[in-house]
Amino acid sequence: MSSETDFLLGVEGLTVSFDGFKAVDDLSFYLDRNEIRVIIGPNGAGKTTVLDLICGRTKATGGSIRFKGRELTRMKEHEIVRAGVGRKFQTPSIYEDLTVFENLEISFPRGRSVFGALAFRRDADVKDRVEQIARDIFLADRLNDLAEYLSHGQKQWLEIGMLLIQDPALMMLDEPVAGMSVSERKKTAELLHRVIQDRSVLVIEHDMDFVGDIAHKITVLHQGRVISEGSMAHVKADPKVVEVYLGH
Amino acid sequence: MTFLNRKDIAAIAILAVLLLAVLPLCLDPFRLNLVGKYLTYGFVALGLVLCWGDAGILSLGQGIFFGLGGYCMAMYLKLEASSPEATKIQSTPGIPDFMDWNQITSLPLFWRPFHSLAFTIVAVPLVPVLLALIIGLAMFKRRVGGTYFAIITQAVAAILTILIIGQQGYTGGVNGITDLRTLNGWDIRPDHAKIVLYFINGGLLIVCVLLAQFVRRSKLGRILVAMRDKEDRVRFSGYDVANFKIFVFCLAAGLAAIGGAMFTLQVGFMSPSFVGIVPSIEMVIFCAVGGRTSIFGAIYGALTVNWARTTFSEGLPQLWLFAMGSLFILVVVVFPDGLAGIYRRYLDPLVDRMLPPVRRRIPVAAVAETPQVSPTFAE
Repeated sequence: MSSETDFLLGVEGLTVSFDGFKAVDDLSFYLDRNEIRVIIGPNGAGKTTVLDLICGRTKATGGSIRFKGRELTRMKEHEIVRAGVGRKFQTPSIYEDLTVFENLEISFPRGRSVFGALAFRRDADVKDRVEQIARDIFLADRLNDLAEYLSHGQKQWLEIGMLLIQDPALMMLDEPVAGMSVSERKKTAELLHRVIQDRSVLVIEHDMDFVGDIAHKITVLHQGRVISEGSMAHVKADPKVVEVYLGH
Repeated sequence: MTFLNRKDIAAIAILAVLLLAVLPLCLDPFRLNLVGKYLTYGFVALGLVLCWGDAGILSLGQGIFFGLGGYCMAMYLKLEASSPEATKIQSTPGIPDFMDWNQITSLPLFWRPFHSLAFTIVAVPLVPVLLALIIGLAMFKRRVGGTYFAIITQAVAAILTILIIGQQGYTGGVNGITDLRTLNGWDIRPDHAKIVLYFINGGLLIVCVLLAQFVRRSKLGRILVAMRDKEDRVRFSGYDVANFKIFVFCLAAGLAAIGGAMFTLQVGFMSPSFVGIVPSIEMVIFCAVGGRTSIFGAIYGALTVNWARTTFSEGLPQLWLFAMGSLFILVVVVFPDGLAGIYRRYLDPLVDRMLPPVRRRIPVAAVAETPQVSPTFAE
């Protein structure tokens, strides 16, 4: 919106080192609007660190992350969220002591200041939106249950719902189908296909069938660097990728 | 009053009847005054429920705020008791007696505004809240939390005690500020005044319970619980987590301060023995025994433990500290949710059965669309 550049997210020369170890090393990639990008790579390739850097959880040692023309590396976590970046964690990160409704309501993007939260009213707007999201994530009949009673797959969906209700321009998902049953995987793929309308999605995933099903483009990371990028067919045929990742 | 459900109203009514009718009718003025003193710890416990029980921020320094509130009130009362006529035998009449004993010849600057009752009433909550704000900003903005935060609050409590004891000429030292007589000309020492103060204290406590319940039932209350559970998730939902922690810590400090001021009024003095590490930890124990996630539990906890302390101290004073320690261990090991936990497990289901079934106003419209949700899950 504020930028004339055609990409939504531009990562350039991104580097982070932990005590000299470069977890992400001079990484660059660009994400278009409405693109689904999947990041794959062996363990320790720096996939989760890249998401951490984009959402501000980890501070970059060098390089830049531009999102809609704004520099994210200098912003605080909550400002990045408000700018339109949503993040789902690897293990389901939901509020177990609250109901499904309350989980979604807290993520509703209004009343985010202290006094805003005190004055927040559960009006028709909020209820409609929560119910609509709950239907999308297959939890419409669980709204009044405590989140701790949900199954693992349902918790993952709830967290995706908590992102959806924020309506982020960029949604980042860390292994959204890990630990799911086959039928849950299918439903999640269906859910993701539906939620990606009008937004960009950055996904980390190991399940190659799932990746092939959703990805527009794949970025392969190895030791903090991009070793290959392109379509599923291109990446699969790349000998470097076969050597470090797919071959094993 | 949409933030109160039927059970809240019942619980508040029971508390109000107990505090404002049953106890005053059953107890003599001396015992009633003691209960009034115990209830001042109820304010602290209330704040701890929000700060510790809900938000998961353990403060081991609530004595700081209790004490500061109490000292603000004591300074006002002391100045009123130190009129030039009442202190004409001193070498400098018109200043508190302990200052005269310490060769101080004029009233220190920071004491002067406490001539005004209006200023004092504002200062009682404001001074402690400002200190809490400073501590909160310094700690939470830097993401200091958990055990480290608890230790810092202990350190501040220790520093404040040392400061008060060391600066005897300005603070009354280890003896505290004693010999308090009148509040705006009204003698606070006779029995009938103590009864009036008891009712003011009880009324204020009910008001604070309503305030606490309002906060807990707002979205802010749910964010506090969410933060305790998954701080990162709250942060990555667009909230500045530090601000919420600072707010709840300040609120708890303000509540403790009101308790401290009411303590000074009812007990007639304030001293560093209510400020330091040991009283601060005791306050946490009151809250834990009552149940740190229940505001009513915490108030009954403060009442029960203090009542037990008095009873023990009258009979077997040397055993009290052991009894208190054992009580705390027992609660932590056997009843982690305190009295409130026992109530919830054994009595609440009975109450549910006894209450006539009503059509509950469930705040989620979806329930109406999904009638298969059984009413027992509606809570």
